[in-house]
Amino acid sequence: MSALLEVNGLRVRFNEKAEAVRGVSIAVNKGETHCLVGESGCGKSVSALAVMGLLAKGGIRTADTLSFAGQDLRGLTESQMSRLRGDKMAMIFQEPMTSLNPAYTIGSQMAEVRLRHRGGSKREALDRAAALLGRVGITAPGLRLGQFPHQLSGGLRQRVMIAMALMCDPDLLIADEPTTALDVTVQAQILRLLMELQAELGLAILLITHDLGIVARMAHRVSVMYAGKVVESASAEALFAAPTHPYTRGLLDCVPIPGKIARGAQLGSIPGTVPRIPLGFQGCGFRDRCAHADASCATGVPAQSRAPGHDYACRLPAGWTTEQAA
Amino acid sequence: MSIRKIAATIGAVIVLGVLLMAVFAPLIVPHDPFAQDLNLRLVPPSFMEGGRSDHFLGTDQLGRDYFSRLIYGSRISMLIGLATVITSGLIGITLGMLGGFIGGRADMVVMFIITCRLSIPLILVALAVVSLVGSSLTVVVMTLGLLLWERFAVVTRTTVMQVRTLDYVAAAWAAGCSRSHILLREVLPNIVHHLVVVATLEMAIAILLEAALSFLGLGVPPPLPSWGLMISEAKDYMFFSPWVIMVPGVSLFVLVLGINFLGDGLRDMLGATRDA
Amino acid sequence: MSATIEIRDVAKIFRQFSGMFSAPRMVRAVDGVSLTVPAGGCFGIVGESGCGKSTLARLILGLHPASSGDILVDGRSLMAMPRRERARLIQPVFQDPFSSLNPRRTIHDIVGLPLAAQGISGKETTKRVHAMLERVGLRSEMAGRLPAQLSGGQRQRVAIARALVLGPRIVVCDEPTSALDVSVQAQILNLLAELRRDMGLTLVFISHNLAVVEHICDEVAVMYLGRVVEHASTDALFRAPTHPYTRALLASVLTPEPGLGIPDVGLGDSYPDPANVPPGCRFHPRCPMVTDVCRTEIQVPRRVGERVVECMLA
Repeated sequence: MSALLEVNGLRVRFNEKAEAVRGVSIAVNKGETHCLVGESGCGKSVSALAVMGLLAKGGIRTADTLSFAGQDLRGLTESQMSRLRGDKMAMIFQEPMTSLNPAYTIGSQMAEVRLRHRGGSKREALDRAAALLGRVGITAPGLRLGQFPHQLSGGLRQRVMIAMALMCDPDLLIADEPTTALDVTVQAQILRLLMELQAELGLAILLITHDLGIVARMAHRVSVMYAGKVVESASAEALFAAPTHPYTRGLLDCVPIPGKIARGAQLGSIPGTVPRIPLGFQGCGFRDRCAHADASCATGVPAQSRAPGHDYACRLPAGWTTEQAA
Repeated sequence: MSIRKIAATIGAVIVLGVLLMAVFAPLIVPHDPFAQDLNLRLVPPSFMEGGRSDHFLGTDQLGRDYFSRLIYGSRISMLIGLATVITSGLIGITLGMLGGFIGGRADMVVMFIITCRLSIPLILVALAVVSLVGSSLTVVVMTLGLLLWERFAVVTRTTVMQVRTLDYVAAAWAAGCSRSHILLREVLPNIVHHLVVVATLEMAIAILLEAALSFLGLGVPPPLPSWGLMISEAKDYMFFSPWVIMVPGVSLFVLVLGINFLGDGLRDMLGATRDA
Repeated sequence: MSATIEIRDVAKIFRQFSGMFSAPRMVRAVDGVSLTVPAGGCFGIVGESGCGKSTLARLILGLHPASSGDILVDGRSLMAMPRRERARLIQPVFQDPFSSLNPRRTIHDIVGLPLAAQGISGKETTKRVHAMLERVGLRSEMAGRLPAQLSGGQRQRVAIARALVLGPRIVVCDEPTSALDVSVQAQILNLLAELRRDMGLTLVFISHNLAVVEHICDEVAVMYLGRVVEHASTDALFRAPTHPYTRALLASVLTPEPGLGIPDVGLGDSYPDPANVPPGCRFHPRCPMVTDVCRTEIQVPRRVGERVVECMLA
């Protein structure tokens, strides 16, 4: 069975000097959560926007494969794309306030999505909106329908965004840092809601985050991005059990884990900052910050496989981590 | 080069040109701008039929050299513009800072003063003052300066309020800096690019207002060669000698356009250094 | 030499102007907090947005006057202390390294600002600024640059250098790593821990990230709607959280351990609003263990073993 969303060799650039995404391949299956993880500037959000056809003006997208439910997205016109967006492909963003129109009520914005894509009566659309608001854990949905976005707290607004994304029964939900602006308790509630909805509706979720904790708890598959490339891709269990790319390992060492890392102990850290990658860059983007880099890293990066479904882009052999420990 | 940058450069050239003209007026003028020659009244400019080579832009109804008067008129315009901006800037920025920085009751008082000022009909009050006190250059400058500060006050107040809450201001408080240090070194440099734009805007408005007052006969008194006064004096002759109204009119238009172009350019330039 | 901070029943009420003709709304940001921060320790204050933790930080820094109560350092009232003297004692590090540095001044001027405020200038300033920059891991050539030319992590190092240049005894860090990437966050946390050890600082560390607080603090106070609802040593708090809110907060920490799923924190969809504090226990609208008494009776802090908890069920 082919994946619901299949992306191969996705490249994005905004000007002649730098490339934001340099050949990203991701596949998201039905009912699966795929996490795209990386630090700011690694190209994870740009990749998602490129898939949705929402790149900022001047962004140039190329790809070897870009298909959604068997349909090639590369040749679609803007109006065909906008018919797909919000219908079978929905997206939620980090800051729900900016994605909701402050001048309209929650109800009319939610109904509008349904009416635009599916037609029907306004009454039916509002009923569906109320039902979905109830489903995402909002008490008194009837009352909320008549309210304006600024009358809701951040957590409620994000619930509204999720309900709005579900108005047309999407197959794929792209969530770009959906809980970064929220408090931790609300974050847990929202993520739990997404998991429940996935189990219930068979949603495929492409979740973009910088938080490895969220990745570990939510993901079926993980793609770690660095400097516009996927450097390691594996199932969540495999990735956390055996992180192989030096960047993935470095990132995991940076996170304090209560009960696992002694208090006050030195945390691992990666020296330097994310570089800007010029057009036509050769070799490994991580080599300047990597303790294991050698001359060969400046020319090319071999794609290796640790196990079936666990790929990484580094010259080091799969066993280097155990050798180092020994 | 983008269109905006071209416009800004043109604006800068115009303003600089007029400024130089104003400063060095006595060295540039070919004739005494006040000297009358009733034998040579309303001579057309030299490039028109009937023009004379020694009067480049012709003469006015009293036979005074129009080019010389135009150059001296730029002194009045620039003087009015700059003096008004300085006076109104001092008033407006001080009030805006008081309201924005101290907040609370002080801010309510400042807002009340601004509201009062906004409900005063500008031209009418200016006319009333000038006709009561009598017209002179000082009176015009003071009247405009005392009336045109509200934009300074509003912009200063809002921008100070925004900057005041930023963490670097909190850090300066925590470092034990004095109130005046925080206002002048931490807050003011970060709002100055907004104020420059207001200043250019006010300057253009002041120049136009002076022209309007002079046109109504209540601005600078004759025989001072103000551009507005020149237009006013020329209006009786415009059907037979159209250049007498065209020359100061076009000059006024070009100068105000140039100031506005420059203001836009400065905003882009100064705003950009903040983020880049 | 470090200093003990004693916070005695401090409250801060903000008047929120809501139109010329309506009465101002009273926002009780901090509402009767008493804490003792031991000398040389790292004291964590955790809680969610609107709980008053940042306001408490600003009260300790003297940026706001308290509405009531007092804050003492080594027995001396901070409120009565001249600002320049307080500056030598307490310094801040803020969350957002982009808004905490004046964009129009050089790094040298920014780090040297506390020195300038004390009347120190010239060569002495340059010497101390350069030494401090190197101490926080920046090259001294950076001194001539503007904040915009630095990365987020470097800016936060500059903010730390500015806080330490006067050699204060207390540093109040308000979410110092929340705006940073994970790898940079680790660098800054390591630096803060190291500086604290070497310079004998007392750190007040405010954060919403419990994993980070657990990692660097010895003692933790949990705040909710302006009150401290639980206060204990880090070990005790993380081993056996007692207040239902602390439990929910701890449960929502997502560690990078796959297979554990997302916990059910069971807090419902209501949200705390400091302008509209519920009667009885402040936490009752969200509490999964709420009883009828909680809705009416105001809770008082109680000592339970080695901890202080503000919940009658504990």
